[in-house]
Amino acid sequence: MNFDDTPQEAEFRATARKWVAANAPKEFEEELSKSSLGRIRLAKHDMVEVGKAWQKKKAEGGWACLHWPKEYGGRGATPIEKVIWQQEEGVYGKLTQPFQIGEGMCGPTVMAWGSEEAKRRYLPKLASGEEIWCQLFSEPSAGSDVAGLRTRAEKKGNDWVVNGQKIWTSGAHYSDYGLLIARTDPNVPKHKGLTMFFLDMKSKGVEVRPIKQANGMQEFNEVYFTDVVIPDSQRLGAVGDGWNVSLTTLMNERMSIGSRLATGVPEMFDFCSNLMLEDGLAIDDPAVRSKLATWAVKSSGLKYTSYRAISSLSKGERPGPENSIGKLVSGMMLQDIATYAMDLQGAAGVLTGMDEETVHGQFQQMLLSSPSMRIAGGTDEILRNIIAERVLGLPGDIRVDKDVPYNKIPTKGR
Amino acid sequence: MNFDFSDDQKQLRDQARKFLAEKCSPKAVRVVLDGKAPYDKELWKGLAEMGFLGVAIPEEFGGAGAGHLELCVIAEEMGRANAPVPFSSTVYLAAEALLIAGSDAQKKKWLPAIASGEAIGTLALFEGKGNPSPKNIKLAASGGTLNGVKKPVPDAAIADFAVVAARTGSGGRDGDISLFLVDLRAGGVEVKSLTNLDPTRGQAELTFKNCKAEPLGAAGEGWSILSQVLDRAAVLCAFEQVGGSDRALEMGRDYALDRIAFGRPIGSFQAVKHMLADMYVSATLARSNSYYGAWALSTNASELPEAAAAARISATQAFQHCAKNNIQVHGGMGFTWEFDCHMYYRRANAMALGLGSLSYWEDQLIDRMRKKNAA
Repeated sequence: MNFDDTPQEAEFRATARKWVAANAPKEFEEELSKSSLGRIRLAKHDMVEVGKAWQKKKAEGGWACLHWPKEYGGRGATPIEKVIWQQEEGVYGKLTQPFQIGEGMCGPTVMAWGSEEAKRRYLPKLASGEEIWCQLFSEPSAGSDVAGLRTRAEKKGNDWVVNGQKIWTSGAHYSDYGLLIARTDPNVPKHKGLTMFFLDMKSKGVEVRPIKQANGMQEFNEVYFTDVVIPDSQRLGAVGDGWNVSLTTLMNERMSIGSRLATGVPEMFDFCSNLMLEDGLAIDDPAVRSKLATWAVKSSGLKYTSYRAISSLSKGERPGPENSIGKLVSGMMLQDIATYAMDLQGAAGVLTGMDEETVHGQFQQMLLSSPSMRIAGGTDEILRNIIAERVLGLPGDIRVDKDVPYNKIPTKGR
Repeated sequence: MNFDFSDDQKQLRDQARKFLAEKCSPKAVRVVLDGKAPYDKELWKGLAEMGFLGVAIPEEFGGAGAGHLELCVIAEEMGRANAPVPFSSTVYLAAEALLIAGSDAQKKKWLPAIASGEAIGTLALFEGKGNPSPKNIKLAASGGTLNGVKKPVPDAAIADFAVVAARTGSGGRDGDISLFLVDLRAGGVEVKSLTNLDPTRGQAELTFKNCKAEPLGAAGEGWSILSQVLDRAAVLCAFEQVGGSDRALEMGRDYALDRIAFGRPIGSFQAVKHMLADMYVSATLARSNSYYGAWALSTNASELPEAAAAARISATQAFQHCAKNNIQVHGGMGFTWEFDCHMYYRRANAMALGLGSLSYWEDQLIDRMRKKNAA
C-alpha cells in the first residue's frame, strides 16, 4: 500500500508537469484558485474565450481529451494517465468547464455510435475546443424519468423534423452542436420509441433561452425546437434505439473518477477556526467540533474512496462501484454545512451580499446553490436507487408504464 | 498509486474469512452470548494455529512477522464474524503496548505466549466514567506496587496479564502517568466480572491491593505510550467495525430480497432500498478512511494520529448505522433474540465506547487537524 506512481506513471507525470509549467496561462492562476463550487469568474476576460485558447493549446500539445484515440484528437492515454493529467492540470482544469459535457458525454456517444466519417469530422474539433457541444436530454416533464420525454422527431423524406422543448442545457448559448434525444414513435412503450441525433445549434428553428435559477444565477438554458430539420445522416444508432444509445452518454456522466467534488469542509474548517462566538472560537465549542469532525471524515472518506478507484485504474482494472457515492455524499454535505455556518452567525447569518469572495456571502451562496448539487446528474433518490439496484442487487422499481404505449401513459397526477 | 491491499494480503483475508465461517458460526458466537462460556477457547486455539494472533509480532518473538496490513485484513474478518474471543484486548492493546515500550525480557516473556494462544492480555485504562485522559487516572503506583480500581477492563476476567496505566506523579499531567505490567495470576489483584452490553466480549473490574508490578517503558512516559497504543488500536478496531458494517449490510440486503410483504420483496420498496443504499455509503466511507489508517499504521507515518481518529469516527458511525438499520430492515424479526441482528447491534455500540467515546475521538480529530493546519 502506497501513494507512489509507478516508474511509467512518474515519467508521464513529469512530462505533463513540465508541459503545464511551460504553457499554462499563469495570468489567470490566482482568479482560478479562488473560484469554488464550479463557478469561474474572470474579472476582465470571457471564460469561454480563455477556455478555448487553453483547450486549443492543449490539443496542439497532445493533452486535450488525451484518453481518446489519436485519430480523433486524443493521444491514446490510459485511464490512469488521464487522472494524472487532471492532477497536473490543477486549477487550469477549471477552464475546461465549457468542454466537459462534450468530452465526457457527447464525444463518447459519437465515438460509440457515429459513422467513421462523423467521428473524423466532429471529434477532433470537439477535443480541441474549436466546437463546443451540449446535451439535450432533460425536458420540463422528463427529468429523472428522461425516457418519458415528449420532443418529437418525425421523418420527412431523408430528414427529420423536430418540435419540442429541452431544459437544463448547460452551455447551449455558446454551443455549436447538440446531442439530442427525441421521440420518433409514440405508439410503442416509452423506452422503445426514442432515437438519438446530433444537430447544429445554429439550425433554423432552434431558440435558446436562459433560465433564471433559484440562486439568482443563469447557468442553464431552455432550448425550443420549432420545425428544426436534421438530416438522417446525423442520427446515432438505429431508429427506436435511442434509449440504448443514451446509456452510453449517461454511464459516462457518472464515471468522473479523480475529479474532486466540492464538499465545503475546508471552507467550514477555516470559518470555524476564525469565528468568535460569545465563549470563544467556534472551533473550541464541543457541538461545533462534533459536527465538523463528522463532515471531515465524510470528506476524507470520499478522498480515499477516489484514491481506491485511481489505484484500480493504475493496475489496469475497472474501478468498483464505490465511486457512485461521491455526489450523494458531497451534495447533502454542502447543504448541511452552509446551513450550519449561517446558524453560527445568529441573526446576521441572514445577510447575504451574495459575494463569494467574503466569507459571509460564501455560505449563503453555498446554501442557495447546493440544491442543484442534489438534483443535477442524477437526484439523490436516483443515485440511491442505482446503488441499491446495481451495487446491492435489490430489485428494480415496479414500472407501471413499462409495457404501455407512450401515448397511453397518463400525463397528469390529478 | 497503489492504495489497496496486495494480492497476498487479500488472499490472507479470504483465508481468514473461510476459517471463521467454519469455526465461528453465529451458533458458536451464541454459546458465549448466552453465558455458557466466557470466550470461545477452541476458536482462540485455532486462531493461534493459523498464525493470526501473532501476525504482526516479529519472528524473533514468536510471531509471523508479517505486519500491520496483514493484521488489518484479519481484524476485518474478526469483526465480520463477531468473533467471541479476546482478540482486540490481547492483540491490539496488550501486544501493541509491549511492542512499543516493552523491554527485551518483557517481549520475550509475553509476545511468544500471545502468538501461541497461551496468554491473554489486556489494557487496564479506565476508572469508571470518562474518556482517556491523564486526569482520569487515579490508580496509584509507588515503590513498584499498585493500589486502586480499574473498570471496565475488557476481557480482564480471562486475561493472564494486564498493561496498567497508573499515576506516578502528583498531578494529572501527561508526565504523571506511567505504565506497568501485571501478571494477573500472581496475586494482588481481585477480579470481578461485570455484566455488559455485549456479552460476547467480557468486561471486568480489577482491584489492585499492594499489587506487585513491573514498569513498562520509562517512568512518566505512560501517557505518550498510551496515546500511541490507542491510535494503533483505533485503526485495528476500525477494521473490525468495517467488517461488522459489511456483514450487517449484507444481512439486511439478504433479508430484503427474501422477505415478501404486500406481494413483493421488501427490497423493492424505495424506503428500504434507500435505507440500504445509505448503509452502503457509510460502510464505504468507513472502509476508505480505514485504508488510510492502515497505511499510516503500517508505515508509522506522522499522519497516524489524524488518520486513526478519522478511521475511528468513520467506522464507529458506520457500524452503528448499519447495525441499527439492519434491525429496521428485518422489522419485528430483527428484535428477536433468535435473529442475529442484535449481536451486531450490541457489538457496534460496545465497540463505539471501548477506546473512548465518539465525542472523545471527534475532539481528538479536530485537535489534530488544527495542529496540522497550524504547521
